[in-house]
Amino acid sequence: MSDFRAMLASPHFNVSESFFPNINLQDGLNWAEEFIQNVVLPRLPEAVASHFPVELGTVLVMFACAGIFVGVFPLLPLVLVLAERKVSARFQNRTGPMRVGPWGVLQTLADGVKLLFKEDYIPPQGDRFLFLLAPYVIFACSFAVFAAIPFSQSILVSDFNIGIFYIMAISSVIVMGVIMAGWSSNSKWSLLGSLRSAAQIVSYEIPLGLSILTIVMLVESLSMSEIVASQSNGIFSWLIFRTPFTFIAFFIFFISSIAEVNRTPFDLPEAESEIVAGFHTEYSGMRFALFFIAEYANMFAVSAIAVTLFLGGWEGVLPGYDILGGFPGFVIKSLGLVFLMMWLRWTLPRLRVDQLMNLCWKYFIPIAFFNILGTGIWGLIFPEDTLISTSISCAIIYIGLIAAYKVAGRTLAQRPAPQPS
Amino acid sequence: MEFTLTNFIFYGFALMTIASALVVVTVRNIVHAAFSLMVTLFGVAGLYVFLQADFLAATQVIVYVGGILVLILFGVMMTSGRLEMRIHIERGQLLLGGLISLMLLMLLLTVIANTPAWKNLTDDGTELPPTTERIGELILNGPFLLPFEVVSVLLLVALIGAALISRKEVRDE
Repeated sequence: MSDFRAMLASPHFNVSESFFPNINLQDGLNWAEEFIQNVVLPRLPEAVASHFPVELGTVLVMFACAGIFVGVFPLLPLVLVLAERKVSARFQNRTGPMRVGPWGVLQTLADGVKLLFKEDYIPPQGDRFLFLLAPYVIFACSFAVFAAIPFSQSILVSDFNIGIFYIMAISSVIVMGVIMAGWSSNSKWSLLGSLRSAAQIVSYEIPLGLSILTIVMLVESLSMSEIVASQSNGIFSWLIFRTPFTFIAFFIFFISSIAEVNRTPFDLPEAESEIVAGFHTEYSGMRFALFFIAEYANMFAVSAIAVTLFLGGWEGVLPGYDILGGFPGFVIKSLGLVFLMMWLRWTLPRLRVDQLMNLCWKYFIPIAFFNILGTGIWGLIFPEDTLISTSISCAIIYIGLIAAYKVAGRTLAQRPAPQPS
Repeated sequence: MEFTLTNFIFYGFALMTIASALVVVTVRNIVHAAFSLMVTLFGVAGLYVFLQADFLAATQVIVYVGGILVLILFGVMMTSGRLEMRIHIERGQLLLGGLISLMLLMLLLTVIANTPAWKNLTDDGTELPPTTERIGELILNGPFLLPFEVVSVLLLVALIGAALISRKEVRDE
């Protein structure tokens, strides 16, 4: 039992940022146990009190923590949905929602209330049980990912020693929810959408995992907090600049992540112009809102993972200073990547299925394997991360970027301009 | 039996695994069976966590739920319109299946009976070291290097075979 206590203690939740009160999960557990010992037990009959499971209190506290977590986090998608609408409006020279609240900031809240009151339609020919279950599977999995993300030195729910591997495992379950939703709706659009989604996610998981592997090779640990700790010496110790190969791996990781969360240009599973809304066509009201919230939570989650793995996590730009560091820095960096995703969505057209698969299997996977080989050789040449290795790496990245720019420019210049047909 | 949190969670996972496994073998609808199998695999992953085999638990979820189960469902959805099916079982199959199950049961019972003392790893408060590093050592730098390489070659062959089967026929006319 004492070991279990230790296990509970390791998910430390002591939020010691200046503007947060000091909360510690261990304190919470002790408090709950004292509460049961001093308040609950004396009020119970003797026969019941002697058999009362005190450990139940710890479970209740854990549930309470999870409840707070799940209660607070949908606020984030609430903000992101509004941001998406505003960003898309700016890209299309519109103003976006302006009526509800100042500059329309309360629009998502109004939409949320509207969704709550909508009819909860369940297709009578579908599979009722799985139809009802599917949104919860997706919702639970996308929020379970947050348990392993270190938001700052002290704000992390649990410091698994297999952190990044756990995240991969949990996010690979999301596709089961998508298939469940698509199949149980008993609709052609839904089934097509879920099949596309399954094919896409299973394919893009490979370059995603291989890109993560380059990081794991350099850090020699799967733990998220150790990955962050290895990037503590300012911007040039961030893993993206550590070797030229991790620089490539970052882009493969980020693009594959966009494919994993089914966003444009990889939004084939929910392509509006082809299959209505893909796997969640038949959902309405609050169940639809769950999919929506999960999608935006996923967007933030993959951005946060990218920041943790490649962009220094909660470590700042300068060693010893908190510029772009700590909890605010982490959130700013993650939201930057979320903005990049929105930017891509409103700029690029959707890929065709064959282009999608070609990109993954013919380009990303070979390049990712090359990255692993390169990272291994780099690790043999520079066993320690020194000033010299970082300078060489940055120089290679700089030269590579300029060369890529020149080559791309020349290729584009040689291509004949498209003629209107 | 003493009621502790550990016991409670352990029996919860065990119940989850067994109940969903029963559903897998008894239910007629293939898709329901597949989703029930997901719960079974999760339960087994939970039991792995209890054995402090965290790496194995995550691998279980990634490989079986994220990979194999998705492929099963993919196959079911792409091929069959009929999901409810009565599977006819020949008497010979029944006999063979029963025999194999009986042998497995005997084997497991022997193992359980011959284990002298069931020891709870977490009772004496020692925490086992993380398994990831040791698994890596054993596979890449230890006695399991050769099997590992053989398996990887096997997978490569399977990959090439799959690509060969599924590629488009190029007709030269």
